[in-house]
Amino acid sequence: MVITAALDKSAEDARPWIEAARPTTPAAAHVALVDTRHLLADLYNIVNVPTVFWIDERGRIVRPADVAFGTDTFKAITGLESARHLAALRAWVKGEAPALPAGLVARELQSLPTAADQQARAEFGLGEWLYQQGRREAAARHFHRGGELAPHDFTIRRGTMPMRGVDPMGPEFRAMLQDWVGKGNPYYRPLADTKG
Amino acid sequence: MTELTIIDGAAGGGTATVPARLEAGAVRLSRGALEQALGWALRPEGLCRGTVCVPVRHAAALETSHGVDLAAVAAALDRPLALDAGEGAAYLGVGADERARSLGALEAPDFTLPDLEGRSHSLVEHRGKKVLLVAYASW
Repeated sequence: MVITAALDKSAEDARPWIEAARPTTPAAAHVALVDTRHLLADLYNIVNVPTVFWIDERGRIVRPADVAFGTDTFKAITGLESARHLAALRAWVKGEAPALPAGLVARELQSLPTAADQQARAEFGLGEWLYQQGRREAAARHFHRGGELAPHDFTIRRGTMPMRGVDPMGPEFRAMLQDWVGKGNPYYRPLADTKG
Repeated sequence: MTELTIIDGAAGGGTATVPARLEAGAVRLSRGALEQALGWALRPEGLCRGTVCVPVRHAAALETSHGVDLAAVAAALDRPLALDAGEGAAYLGVGADERARSLGALEAPDFTLPDLEGRSHSLVEHRGKKVLLVAYASW
C-alpha cells in the first residue's frame, strides 16, 4: 500500500498533484492525504521532502527516512535517480530482498529529533495556527524563529514560504540553498545504497 | 486579565481559549484554566492528568499568587512551548524524548489525516500490509 501525504498549506495546493496521480487502475490505488499542520514531520522527524519510509506488516519502520523520487523529473537538480529506489522497493515487496542491504542497521539510520528540532516545530505549530487565523505577520515571525532553531529543517524554512508570500522556487529559496550547501551541508540526505 | 489561546500539539490535543495574566514575558493561568486548556491539574503530588502524575521540582517557580506559569508547566512536562504574548496565543509541542522513544524503537507512529474529500485515514488501518509512506509537497 502506498500512502502519500502532502505537507502543504492547504488541500488546494496539493490538489493538482493528487488529481494527476489519481489511480486509473485498481493496482494503482493508493491513499493520498493532506497534512497542513505537518503532523508527519513532527511524528517522523521529517526535515525535507520528498522523504519516504518503508513500514512492514507489523507496523515497524524497516527502512528509515530516505529520499526517493518516483520519476527522474528533477534528476538534473537533485542528482538522485528514481530507478534504484524503485528496484529496491519492488524486491522488498516481493520478498526477494530485505528492506536494507546487509551491513545497514535501521536503528542506526533513523535520525531522532533534538530539543531544538521540537522547539522549532512548536514555533511552526503556533505560526500555522496564526496563519489560519489570518494573522500573517505574526505567523511569519514564528516560522522565521523555527528556521533559526532548526536550519536543516526545510519543511519549515522552505515549506512556510507559500504562507509568507515567498516563491518557494524563487530567488529567496535559491539564495538559502546556496548558502546552506556552500557551508558543506547536504540539502537531501538519501540512504547510502540509493544514492545515484 | 486577558485571554490566551493554547494549542495542544499532542495527539488528541485541542485548542482552548482561557483567561490569563501576562506579566514580564510570562503567562500565568489559574489552576482551573490550566486544566481546562491542557487537562493537567496541579496537585500536591505534581502535575496530574488522569492517573499520570509528573513530579514538580520547583513548585515555587511554577505557581505564585498570580497563577501557574505556563512556561514552567511546559518545562516540567519536558515539552516545547512557543508563546506569543502579543497575539495571545501559545503552542505546546511534543518533546524530543517522547518522539525519540517510538522512532528509536522503530515503531511507525500512527497518524490520522484527511484526504482531499475530507475523509480520515489512519496508518493502523493498513496493518498486515507493507506500506510505502511518502511525504511530499507542492513546494
